[in-house]
Amino acid sequence: MRYALLIVVMLLTGQAFAIDAGRAFDDPAKQERYERLIRDLRCLVCQNQSIADSNATLASDLRREVRDLMEAGQSDEQIRSFMTERYGDFVLYRPPVRPRTWLLWSAPALLLLGGIGIAVLVVSRRARAARADPAVLDEEPDRS
Amino acid sequence: MKIPLRFVVPSIVFAGLVVFFNIGLRLNPGEIQSPLVGKPAPAFALESLGNPARQVGSADFAGRPWLLNVWATWCAGCRDEHETLMAIARQNRVPMVGLNWRDDRALALRWLDQLGNPYVAVAFDPDGRTAIDWGVYGAPETFLIGADGTVLRKHIGAITLESWERDFVPLLAPGGAG
Repeated sequence: MRYALLIVVMLLTGQAFAIDAGRAFDDPAKQERYERLIRDLRCLVCQNQSIADSNATLASDLRREVRDLMEAGQSDEQIRSFMTERYGDFVLYRPPVRPRTWLLWSAPALLLLGGIGIAVLVVSRRARAARADPAVLDEEPDRS
Repeated sequence: MKIPLRFVVPSIVFAGLVVFFNIGLRLNPGEIQSPLVGKPAPAFALESLGNPARQVGSADFAGRPWLLNVWATWCAGCRDEHETLMAIARQNRVPMVGLNWRDDRALALRWLDQLGNPYVAVAFDPDGRTAIDWGVYGAPETFLIGADGTVLRKHIGAITLESWERDFVPLLAPGGAG
């Protein structure tokens, strides 16, 4: 019981580390859009955090920039290109599909296809072995 | 003699990993190539660090090559780099402009007073907006801007005389920088 309580308390500490305590916008729709934008932008100082998660000075400067650009009526696309013009595609957590990133984007499909290919190969080979000698199914799997 | 597939396949996979890691582990993921290289330098006009009434801007150096060095007194790498900047300034090849990033004016002036001033002018950027325009994410950073206003080179981190001679000086040679 005491451990359960401890775990609950530890899980709650996340709230204490929230960086952007003050709301940027009163309008909930705008606030939501703002939070979505800053979650998708990488902080370049601490590279595995978004600018929403980071309390680096640069991250807070970039949050201010996002806020100002939103207030200036810029679209999400314009705000993202403002960032990539300065920091490159690296600043986006969702890199655009380009010749350079084709391998990245197609990797899951390629790995899946590769896996299916290996599975088909193994199953068909084992089926063939079983047809030749049904006893192999009762033994240790053939390791060839 | 036929080599069984169960030896061939892992060997190929292993060789692939060796190549992959050999390249991957040599890269420095902290160094992000700036999209600015080859593009026109972002314009700025800021207060001079030493004299708030004066302005320092990119227009002041148009028509000739110049260096922009981003620094701050809170930046340890800038302290390491300072001697090198002084040496580069003594070579007198190209004017060096400072961009004092998110700093305290008095501290920055004391720094230049104590360590020497390699800059022909220092722009004061306390809220970091010009630094964002230049894609700065970790001081010190040094840019070389060509006579036509194009960013020719960016160095992230403390510059050394080796990297200066290797990466910057050739671009300054007549015909190199254009």
